[in-house]
Amino acid sequence: MHTVRIQDRPFSYGTESDSFAAAAGPAGAVVTFLGRVRDDGGRLSVMEIEHYPGMTERAVTAILDEAVTRWDLTAGLVIHRHGRIAPGEAIMMVATAARHRAEAFAAAEFLMDYLKSRAPFWKKEFGPDGAEWVAARDADEQALDRW
Amino acid sequence: MIDVLYFAWVRERIGLPKERITTSAVTVADLVAELVAREERYAAAFADTRAVRVALDQELADFSSPIAGVREVAFFPPMTGG
Repeated sequence: MHTVRIQDRPFSYGTESDSFAAAAGPAGAVVTFLGRVRDDGGRLSVMEIEHYPGMTERAVTAILDEAVTRWDLTAGLVIHRHGRIAPGEAIMMVATAARHRAEAFAAAEFLMDYLKSRAPFWKKEFGPDGAEWVAARDADEQALDRW
Repeated sequence: MIDVLYFAWVRERIGLPKERITTSAVTVADLVAELVAREERYAAAFADTRAVRVALDQELADFSSPIAGVREVAFFPPMTGG
């Protein structure tokens, strides 16, 4: 079961994690990761995430397929939201299931690294001082080198 | 005819998300040069092409990539997902 969902509506991390684990088959290890909008001391009122419909689904599916193959995952899940998201709310989650934990952790980290800089999403932060696009960090690009 | 899409601050600088254009450009770089020559807002968006990424038919590509047969070109800043 390999699932990619790109959506504007919120999702429940608990519900998604439970149903992922239930459907993950005989895997001994399930890793889940939740990414949320940081609340930097009230400097952020809302985050808006733009994406490229069509390419987003293709790119994220290709990234998940790569992870499934490299770590022999029995299941993989990526949910990523777009639109306006408030501080503290969930932006995205990944879940991986494998025979052993090392594979499940590595695949989850790989997914996170690639989603950061190879999936066509762009974040814009709105605060009391106006709006600003979040700049990509060199460290995010360098993080891909380890894979 | 080719569809050209813009995202994030590239879209904001150019002032529209999508347009259909006729071009004789061979590569992405040629297409960018054509756009920049059109109007100041394009020049503003492509002032530093190192800060702009390109996708051809929804696959990441380079500015040196040929655009023959391509239906959709997209320009956008480095991605910030996750």
